[in-house]
Amino acid sequence: MTMNTQGRPTRSGEASEPMPHQTFTGNRALDMEEPLIFEIGHMDNCGVDLDEPENFTPRLGNHMRSEVVDLPALSEPETMRHYVRLSRNNYAIDAGLYPLGSCTMKHNPRLNEKMARLPGFADIHPLQPISTVPGAFELISELADWLMELTGTNAVAMSPKAGAHGEQCGMMAIKHAIAAKGEERSIVLVPESAHGTNPATAALVGYKVVSIPAREDGTVSVDAVIEKIEAHEGQVAALMLTNPNTCGLFEPEVIEIAKAIHDAGGYFYCDGANFNAIVGKAKPGDLGIDAMHINLHKTFSTPHGGGGPGSGPVVLSDRLAPYAPLPFIRKNGEELEVVETTDQLKGGEQPFGRMTAFFGQMGMYVRALSYMLSHGSDGLKQASEDAVLNANYVRVGLQDLMTLPFGENPCMHEVLFDDSFLKDTGVSTLDFAKAMIDEGYHPMTMYFPLVVSGAMLIEPTESESRASLDLFVATMRDLVMSAKAGKKERFEGAPFLAPRRRLDETAAARKPVLKWVAPEPTKVAPELA
Amino acid sequence: MRYLPLSDNDRADMLARIGVESIDELFADIPEAVRLEELTTLPRRKTELQVERQLGAMANKNVSAGSLPFFVGAGAYKHHVPATVDHLIQRSEFLTSYTPYQPEITQGTLQALFEFQTQVANLTGMEVANASMYDGSTGTAEAVLMAHRVTRKKKAVLSGGLHPQYREVVEGVSAKLPGASVVALPADPTGTEDILAQIDDETSCVVVQSPSFYGQLIDLKPIAEKAHAHKALLIAVFTEVVSLGLLESPGAQGADIVVGEGQSIGNPLTFGGPYVGLFATRQKYIRNMPGRLCGETVDAEGKRGFVLTLSTREQHIRRDKATSNICTNSGLCSLAFTIHMTMLGGNGLARLARVNHMNAVALADALAAIDGVEVLNSAFFNEFTIRTPKNAHDVIEALAEKGVLGGVPVCRLDKSGGDLDNLIVVASTEVNTDEDRAAYAQALKEVLA
Repeated sequence: MTMNTQGRPTRSGEASEPMPHQTFTGNRALDMEEPLIFEIGHMDNCGVDLDEPENFTPRLGNHMRSEVVDLPALSEPETMRHYVRLSRNNYAIDAGLYPLGSCTMKHNPRLNEKMARLPGFADIHPLQPISTVPGAFELISELADWLMELTGTNAVAMSPKAGAHGEQCGMMAIKHAIAAKGEERSIVLVPESAHGTNPATAALVGYKVVSIPAREDGTVSVDAVIEKIEAHEGQVAALMLTNPNTCGLFEPEVIEIAKAIHDAGGYFYCDGANFNAIVGKAKPGDLGIDAMHINLHKTFSTPHGGGGPGSGPVVLSDRLAPYAPLPFIRKNGEELEVVETTDQLKGGEQPFGRMTAFFGQMGMYVRALSYMLSHGSDGLKQASEDAVLNANYVRVGLQDLMTLPFGENPCMHEVLFDDSFLKDTGVSTLDFAKAMIDEGYHPMTMYFPLVVSGAMLIEPTESESRASLDLFVATMRDLVMSAKAGKKERFEGAPFLAPRRRLDETAAARKPVLKWVAPEPTKVAPELA
Repeated sequence: MRYLPLSDNDRADMLARIGVESIDELFADIPEAVRLEELTTLPRRKTELQVERQLGAMANKNVSAGSLPFFVGAGAYKHHVPATVDHLIQRSEFLTSYTPYQPEITQGTLQALFEFQTQVANLTGMEVANASMYDGSTGTAEAVLMAHRVTRKKKAVLSGGLHPQYREVVEGVSAKLPGASVVALPADPTGTEDILAQIDDETSCVVVQSPSFYGQLIDLKPIAEKAHAHKALLIAVFTEVVSLGLLESPGAQGADIVVGEGQSIGNPLTFGGPYVGLFATRQKYIRNMPGRLCGETVDAEGKRGFVLTLSTREQHIRRDKATSNICTNSGLCSLAFTIHMTMLGGNGLARLARVNHMNAVALADALAAIDGVEVLNSAFFNEFTIRTPKNAHDVIEALAEKGVLGGVPVCRLDKSGGDLDNLIVVASTEVNTDEDRAAYAQALKEVLA
């Protein structure tokens, strides 16, 4: 017997056909087209086995529906294949660097997922007797302790369901505190660089928003704040300030700004979206904040899940603590008392109301506490330092080719570039970002903050290795040099290699198609009718 | 630290490259007076094993729903979720992706959202649905605000059958706006309140839950008619989405906004969150809708694709003029909902609903047979209210001691007193067995004896 000594050919030989560009299925190997469930599902089979109930007399009155809901089903293997195929069209942190500034796409430890799925956390009901869930309140209380300690505050409202919901909670507490003093104030100051949720929240709570311009260095000056306070004397309820701010800078005058707003009888709301830069390095309570939400899905790494769920506990100063919403846990030494209704209140407690049914995002609390316990005080501090180190490493790797709007100074956990380096290249920030997709990267945050032209906000997080950062920097440099060399074809119309080319967002908004509708039945030829 | 890839050598090299002596130079903008050296009050890092032990010990102190006869509902329900659902939502590509701002590389999330919106619209009998809210309670508050925008009126009328905590959320958010008011009717366990008398020309919206907090099924049609006659909107609320498999849809009964809790499909109890708010309305109101919307479009090669759309309603564009401040919603929970709903389909959901209803009827009959126990609801789905001769809180605690979690005492949520103090809201789903029901009936008999 002779052995085949040639092995598997590694190059296409002369005899092989050239690779066709079009395939019969429209698939490209692992990149597969997948129809909607409504196009492949069926009404006569499904993916859940359940015995049809025996005969019984319904107690539904005249409320029964006459036809089943018009929704097709898939069997289990079909379901699996459908969603696995869809998933492969998604970018994810687990697959690559995800430098979305201000969004904090860091590693999501799987231990946290495992802990959240313990039956003692996942399979308990918010209204089962309190005596049967002491461990749940112990967990909430311990997480609250960590949050208060890390922020230097003595109170925290746990129940808000996301960052913007936490803002709403904080602003409602402020409104209530002002009313309790017998005052009425109508204005909230918000810097131009703020997240859109800040002005939206202020308006939702019934305030008029007055904008504060940024200084040339991207920060807010105490003078600008005082000017607005004086222009609206006695009317300013609060200032909403993000710190570190959305330009990736620590607000150097934050303590003076806090004092100015307090002196004017107002409150300091701090947007904690960027708290991850300073955990273990400074306590917001020491800066004079009255309320700050903490995005557990950013700083404490609960998964973003394609757009939630989040969790947004709000730490409160002593001045706002009495107004924290229901429900809350009152500590009596080691004893935990659960306060759910107003008849349980004790002296001084004046909750403004309730943010949500039940107790908030328990599943996220477990994950966040698991993250904190794993890191410990030392690991949390190291994580902040590495996040800032990585952002600055990217900054120095790119600052000679790209443009920093505020000079070559250190940044915090994210670095902001503007689009002046693209001037005269014919390449826009959007084109540049879309070309990153072809290189295997999720683009950075674009066109935000609004205070610089064509903003590009890069947040690498502490989860990236040095090798990963080096490749990212090299890729970005290559892209910039292409743009500057006039190779517009690399950018115009990019991405070229993603599951989809650029999508027509204008058409989507002009004539919104928000659900699947069965196509008109094809006309049957008369001779077949 | 296992989650941090940089070594001390890396850090030193990188600092040198950046051109600073120490990491603290990068934090120089933090005023010296508030700079921290170390967090001495908190424990140091732990191994995976240590964390598992510590959190496992906490979890073990709780009585989990699956470990005993369990009949607690009132806004959150114990259902069986297929193993496939949890497996799929833990795929990295779904779990660790962000809000799909770059549609070319997030078609997975976007197509699933489009499927979710279609499912929710068809279930509720409405024309459009959004990409989810935080949960049913916050969704209800947003629905009231939306109705105020649409009608340019500011008075909300809340049925006494609305979940008491939903009512509190609505009151907290909308009652404090300038000129806004909320008329909340007293608790209505039997669905016999006269809500029509409360609707007038000032009314912006009427908020009615069916099945109600007490389990009572409510006929929405006459309420919709009266509301529309006064140019007000009917907001139909549900907390048990499985009921829609068997009950006439709120859309078919004339609701203008349908909002509810979707937890029952795909999502575990998890002590109240994260859940998924379902929100649907009529096409003509979409520009007043809160929350994210996913829409169909085409790419540059004409291939079908999906994008987030109508974002000019949203906070990141409109800032203080936005329809809502919502940013993050319940992405992964809505995915779990969609996958479970895909496995059920309309027929599977109807069957699941019938099993739920059958179990609730059997339980109601078993409890009603006990001396002194009365079932209050004339029509119900998988939940109903009983009156017993003893204080409901005491009864529930006594049942718990006998190893049965028998429901929610109304007086835990509504402290109005009187008859309410003796009422228990009881739920039964497909997870309950004949043995569970027998154990409940026997235990209740003993407690009331």
